Amino acid sequence: MTAIIDYGVGNLFSLQCSFRAVGAEAEVTGDPEKIRAADRIILPGVGAFGDAVEKLRERGLDRVVIDEAGRGKPLLGICLGMQLLFDRSFEYGEHTGLGLIPGEVRPIPDGQKIPHIGWNALLFNKKSPLFKYIKDGDHTYFVHSYYAHCPDSYVSAYTEYGTRLTASVESGNVYGCQFHPEKSGDVGLNILRAFCEV
Amino acid sequence: MITKRIIPCLDVRNGRVVKGVNFTGIADVADPVELADLYSKSGADELVFYDITASFEERAIFTDILKKTAERVFIPLTVGGGINTLEDFARVLACGADKVSVNSGAIKDPSLVRRAAKRYGDQCVVLSVDAKRVEGEFRVFAKGGREDTGIEAVGWIKRLTGEGAGEVVLNSIDTDGVKRGFDLEMLLAVSEAVNVPVIASGGAGCAADFTELFTALPRVDAGLAAGIFHFGEVTIPELKRELKRNGVNVRC
Repeated sequence: MTAIIDYGVGNLFSLQCSFRAVGAEAEVTGDPEKIRAADRIILPGVGAFGDAVEKLRERGLDRVVIDEAGRGKPLLGICLGMQLLFDRSFEYGEHTGLGLIPGEVRPIPDGQKIPHIGWNALLFNKKSPLFKYIKDGDHTYFVHSYYAHCPDSYVSAYTEYGTRLTASVESGNVYGCQFHPEKSGDVGLNILRAFCEV
Repeated sequence: MITKRIIPCLDVRNGRVVKGVNFTGIADVADPVELADLYSKSGADELVFYDITASFEERAIFTDILKKTAERVFIPLTVGGGINTLEDFARVLACGADKVSVNSGAIKDPSLVRRAAKRYGDQCVVLSVDAKRVEGEFRVFAKGGREDTGIEAVGWIKRLTGEGAGEVVLNSIDTDGVKRGFDLEMLLAVSEAVNVPVIASGGAGCAADFTELFTALPRVDAGLAAGIFHFGEVTIPELKRELKRNGVNVRC
């Protein structure tokens, strides 16, 4: 069973439906016991970093995510959920993240429209089990104003938006994607399917 | 590089997709869930659902359709029509909408944009504007394009994108339904004035109109249309092939 963590940010209806579409069992839950019992974890998120990390901590779920990731359980952060995996963010002040992947979250550099909204191409940077069913250059759907700045060795794919932005990251059993796989058509569903097989 | 988006728009009334035909009446087109699924499979980049229902009962049918669509269709869904309060945002977001489009609701109470952006993020709030030329300026019209508000459109759009609208749908009443191409002059004025994505609406009659739109106005991000897709005058795979042939970056 995949636990989709519910911590009061955003609507998880589409995400849950997308797992059903790939034939995987997923439950939306904020219960630490259920999250600890799950085979894999999805950390979703929309909105502001500071607010989201606060809500995770209030519920004690930051600890649960860090512990479970430490035990080797596959974890996938999506959009803001990916940004939360890093050390810190500079969205409206400075906020401490979960520190599961080294790096920080910064505003997308000037010169492009903000937010970065739309379908953009994935440029593979290293081999990833999540890319098992998709190919270099496939498009996914992005909606964000901040991006993760981290060492190249953690980046599994970039996307081009004026500059190279981190599209997905990977560190052992911890995965993250800036784009929304649940809104990226068949390509996105294939990424979720691959995550369910790691 | 980010691609230009093609967005079919589905007007939903009493559980069906409908389309106004030459001001004489409304044609019943299709089942919304089936049509949304078909568009998604044929390469639509996003879908817009407009709730044009009149009654409370019909509103429940609309949200049910939205849910059924979100269960099957995994591309972004924008919902508009009758969005006047934060509760309206909550209602459609809970049924699977990703973005919410405000039009008359923002004219009645412009603070709605700021309040919604604060709660749900800029990316969730789409400002939809029906505009028309009046006395040498572009004017914002309300009530489905029937009432001149006296508000100048470019200034209005600049103001509300400044307050948190993360995207703009600009529908030109002057070109809407005419099928001779998008309103390039109006779209140029708006796309030069703001730094958020701009979606062009009103006037598309054939694939070449989209090619003209994206080649003439590089700051326009997406093209929206309804009837030409519903009635099969233009199919999305054909349109995308045509755009690609003309050097427009699209997702194929």
